[in-house]
Amino acid sequence: MSGVALSTAGRARGVLRDMMARPSGAIGLTLVTLHLALALTSPWLVPYDYKSMDATGTLTGPSAAHWLGTDHLGRDVLTRVMLGGREALVITGIATPVAMLWGGLTGVWLGLRGGWPDEVAMRLVDAFLALPGILPLLVLITVFGTGGEVLLPTLAFFFGIPVIRVARAAAHEVVARDFVSAARARGHRPFDIVRREILPNVTDTLLVEGAMRWSWMLLGFSALSFLGFGVAPPRPDWGLMVSDARVYMSLAPLGVIAPVVALSTLIIGINLTADALAKTLGLDRSRKAVI
Amino acid sequence: MSAQPPLIDISGLSVGFRGRSGAMLPVLHEVDLAVCRGESVGIVGESGSGKSTLALAAMGYLRHGLARLDGMARFDGQDMFALAPPALARIRGGKLGLIPQNSGQALTPTQRIGTQIAEALCLHCDHDPATHRTRARDLLAQVRLPDPDTILSRYPHELSGGQQQRVAIAMALAGEPEALLLDEPTTGLDVTTQAHILALLRGLARERDMAMVYVSHDLGVIAQVCDRVHVLYAGETVLAGPARSVLTAPSHPYAAALLAAIPRLGARALPRALDGRPPTPDIPRTGCAFAPRCALATDDCRAAPPPMAETRDGQRARCLYPEKVAPPAPSESAAPGAATDGAPLLSTRALSVRYDSPGLLARLRGTPRPPATVDGIDLALRRGETLGLVGESGSGKSTILRAIAGLLPPAGGRIALADGTDLATSAERRRPETLRRIQMIFQNPDESLNPRQSVGDILAQPLRLYFGLRGQPCRDRAAELLETVRLGAHYLDRLPGQLSGGEKQRVAVARAFAAGPEAVLCDEITSALDVSVQAAVLELLGDLKARHGTGFIFVSHDLTVVRALSDRVAVLYQGRICEAGPTGAVFAPPHHPYTDVLLGAVLAPDPDHAPRLLAEDAVELAPPARGCPFQRRCPVKRGAICETDTPPARQTADGHVIHCHIPLGELHAHDAARAKC
Amino acid sequence: MYGLIARRFALGLVTVWLVSVIIFLGVEALPGDACTAILERDAQGEALAACRKAMGLDTPALARYAEWAAGVVQGDFGMSAGGQESIAQMVGYRVRNSLLLAAGALAVGIPLAISLGVVAGLTRDRWPDLLFSTGAILAMTIPEFVAATVLILVFAIWLGWVPAIVLTPADAPPLEFFPEFILASTVLTMLMIAHVMRMIRASVIEAMASDYVQMATLKGVPYWRIVFRHALPNALLPAINVIALTVAWLLGGVVVVEVVFNYPGLGRLLVDAISDRDLPVVQAITMIVAATYVGVNLVADILSLALNPRLRSHRARQR
Repeated sequence: MSGVALSTAGRARGVLRDMMARPSGAIGLTLVTLHLALALTSPWLVPYDYKSMDATGTLTGPSAAHWLGTDHLGRDVLTRVMLGGREALVITGIATPVAMLWGGLTGVWLGLRGGWPDEVAMRLVDAFLALPGILPLLVLITVFGTGGEVLLPTLAFFFGIPVIRVARAAAHEVVARDFVSAARARGHRPFDIVRREILPNVTDTLLVEGAMRWSWMLLGFSALSFLGFGVAPPRPDWGLMVSDARVYMSLAPLGVIAPVVALSTLIIGINLTADALAKTLGLDRSRKAVI
Repeated sequence: MSAQPPLIDISGLSVGFRGRSGAMLPVLHEVDLAVCRGESVGIVGESGSGKSTLALAAMGYLRHGLARLDGMARFDGQDMFALAPPALARIRGGKLGLIPQNSGQALTPTQRIGTQIAEALCLHCDHDPATHRTRARDLLAQVRLPDPDTILSRYPHELSGGQQQRVAIAMALAGEPEALLLDEPTTGLDVTTQAHILALLRGLARERDMAMVYVSHDLGVIAQVCDRVHVLYAGETVLAGPARSVLTAPSHPYAAALLAAIPRLGARALPRALDGRPPTPDIPRTGCAFAPRCALATDDCRAAPPPMAETRDGQRARCLYPEKVAPPAPSESAAPGAATDGAPLLSTRALSVRYDSPGLLARLRGTPRPPATVDGIDLALRRGETLGLVGESGSGKSTILRAIAGLLPPAGGRIALADGTDLATSAERRRPETLRRIQMIFQNPDESLNPRQSVGDILAQPLRLYFGLRGQPCRDRAAELLETVRLGAHYLDRLPGQLSGGEKQRVAVARAFAAGPEAVLCDEITSALDVSVQAAVLELLGDLKARHGTGFIFVSHDLTVVRALSDRVAVLYQGRICEAGPTGAVFAPPHHPYTDVLLGAVLAPDPDHAPRLLAEDAVELAPPARGCPFQRRCPVKRGAICETDTPPARQTADGHVIHCHIPLGELHAHDAARAKC
Repeated sequence: MYGLIARRFALGLVTVWLVSVIIFLGVEALPGDACTAILERDAQGEALAACRKAMGLDTPALARYAEWAAGVVQGDFGMSAGGQESIAQMVGYRVRNSLLLAAGALAVGIPLAISLGVVAGLTRDRWPDLLFSTGAILAMTIPEFVAATVLILVFAIWLGWVPAIVLTPADAPPLEFFPEFILASTVLTMLMIAHVMRMIRASVIEAMASDYVQMATLKGVPYWRIVFRHALPNALLPAINVIALTVAWLLGGVVVVEVVFNYPGLGRLLVDAISDRDLPVVQAITMIVAATYVGVNLVADILSLALNPRLRSHRARQR
């Protein structure tokens, strides 16, 4: 309770330090950092071109030339695994903040405004949530193609909808408190009330939510690729690689195992980070202050 | 003390928790407590003094995160921290019962009252289960709950606070206890309910010859129930002794300061404030814990903790200079200035507020609307005057403030400033200049200060909004404001979480004054504070009023506070005014019957003062549709006329108005008769 | 209370209606229609116009919506774009199969999730909790297709207990796709347990830290009686709505898992229909799934109202 750092940067540093002190935070942050570093540097590190096929052997096991073997077209599995997360990370890395931003702001505004816009918006949100989760994505992708320019806005839009609900609930709790009443009684504009009084008090909730949503979006993205609706071959992607390699699973299990390990470590890393973040920010409701 | 061994015997008990640094931080420090059969001991202290921890430790129970460092707690000769769980469970709720602070949360929400009482009976008595219902009914009758059968089939949330507390008492009695631990059992209840519960507890203790440990922050409550008192400060017993001598001639400066800080009905003066705050557990102790706040402290006090020693009249105190401690005298601090005459700054006429809005269905059916929550309120606030609004929960006093502040648009009537500016609209529709002239301070500063803004940012909000101040000038002005509430400029960069309750409320006061208001609305602004801190805030308000000529509307449930601070008072019941006028006149006879009931229930830290219980403490959820708002509880009800006709406004010579069907002369006679007995 | 249920029901109907509008508008807004899908390259000029006339696509959108909605209300979803098959018939068996899958996962998953959650909550921060909570994080984070693929790798390829890839028609008796059923429901059960368990754990911890549990302890109530009589009834109430969301998710066709295991349920049909641009089928499945979602949540709301005395009388007093 003491030692609340004042500036935003100071607070962020404090939170980071607290997170690293927890096993889950240390493991999670390490995993995520490693993945991000690999995604940034992999184009210069990979031993082969991701498209180049080695005619001498398809579906080979590990060897000195191909540490993780080759796939059904004779491409180097290690190369493709190292590159296979980049597209997913870039697209979800942009789409998640966008989704949190539009969903969060809409939700907070609805929470403050109430009344009929709130009623109408919540019915629409309910209706969208009642759709089978992956359907709108599949439909839009089938019609407009699988490029990033389609995937990114689509993911950002549909992942923003449940955020509206979360942000609205969080804002409701804040709006009921007297410092918002005080600001209303002073006569601040709604925009200022949202910016100065409400947003600073819901950012913690939205941060944790954002981390969770990022991992779900990654899961969704790789599921799309797996189903053939995501990254287009021959570009490398973990979901796509699993989908391609699982037919030859009995011959070259590494072709499946390698991308699975890569994807799982990233998602576990994000989840552990989100857990540690929640506990550090005191959002874990199972924790109760002593005295 | 008596020859027999004490029933509850705590000796040298230290309890602590592991701090962030890993060190054990003590919340209780070598505390001793011995209570014999039939004896009633009070434990007094402010928040954080460790008094609840001590009471629970008597049951061998420590809250999550706390650990016993040293000492022991015995009950009936058994070491409560060494007993095996089954033996412990037999004692808890059996011979040793607990009545918790907030029974609303301590009763299991998914079980009916009957089930919960039966469980206690089942665990601790070997009655035939078939008789449990009869027994439960008897217990509820013993705690004077009307209609026990209905209560037995209710869920906890369907009862009022007072009823929940009585159920908790009944549940403790189910185990046929020899000793009761009471952890602030009346905190949060209305004064009349509190007086009834205390009377009940006193009676029960006498009847059953029970030992009682009564934990409270309120010396008035302790004076009612206890034979002996222990005063706790920062986890230490600083004073112990017979209640009468501790309350009249305490031999520890902290106890004396605490007594001086309590506002009293008899004196129309501000109580004396106690500066500073108690040390937190993470500060290592070298000397006396109270030394930094003590006027008598010397270097000896700061060098080593003083030992507990006999002082006078059977008291034992942890003080080197007990003889220097003066008995608490009413402070000489200036009583609030005389009301200034002149046109009212702010007035309401026939103000009414509703919370319900009829649904479409109700409108179509033409269902009659329930009476308005607040109705027919005429108030006038003059420059430099404090207008007190007093009443129990549900009296609509905060609702009126919210309507004036524009947070709750009125359903009818007028609210206007002196120049005729209409205020019967929501804040969103008022002009900034109008908004500036009226500022509000809220009950709980934890709620009314944004935890994510620094004190500087908090004060900057009104400065930027009303005066366009930014940057350094804004910061300078904020620092000035902090000075006026006696906080230094170094508070500018702190967050509310780093301040104590009193400091937070001062920041809230500073924020209201940043706007340069003509009227300030205070909504129970001291009720979340400890009594010593409350005194300081009251003092500050008096000071600001004298300096700026601001008008205050001061809402409180505490008659003594309103009495100390206000120039004029209005007494509210169920959203209607019962009585209004100059403070001196309202607090002197003749009284409205409701005011009489309220005044009778007020407690004083004086063992010779006994509250008068004039009316049942029934809880009313809605005002009656017609007639007098107090008709259902009035001890001197006239008859049918009270139920049908709105009572007339009767004006007395000293300018005070009583809304009652009983003529003033008779009301006077009632008061005189009561004063005799 | 009945008024409140009626209100919930009305809101549910509004939601389903909104879904139908969204779906209809969405399909309208897409380039191409059933005729372009059927005719493919020949979709131009008179052939297209004739087809549209034949399928009634030349009438105004509002009229078509009314006709479609009227059909849906009566359980008639029209004909699929591809063949001349009735959608109702096509979907019928898929719904049965998806229901079976969900029932299998729920029957095992719910009791297991509740017990694990309660144990983890009661042993907070000790080894059973750490074990189950870590397990839950792993189960939640491993993508469905990965878990499915690993199961196939182990049980079909290494152990050879079940055939790796089979194609069973949707109308086959359930026993014929039993192996797929077992593997698919295992994956779903794992996922579901993880989510529900975490929620129950948090809820149990909250209840055990509550004032009424402390009071029960100090009343001398034995530990296990506190757990079962005082803490759990309160801790499990909020679980109803979380379980409902899980049920809705399961009944809504679990696309990825059904595709991996070639399970003939709604989810796979949905993917196939989208690939074939068979929009009438997509519309039909969406309506079924949305109605299920709304229905299950409605049931959960009513159940909460009936079981939680606080909600019940609170609302009753408000009326």
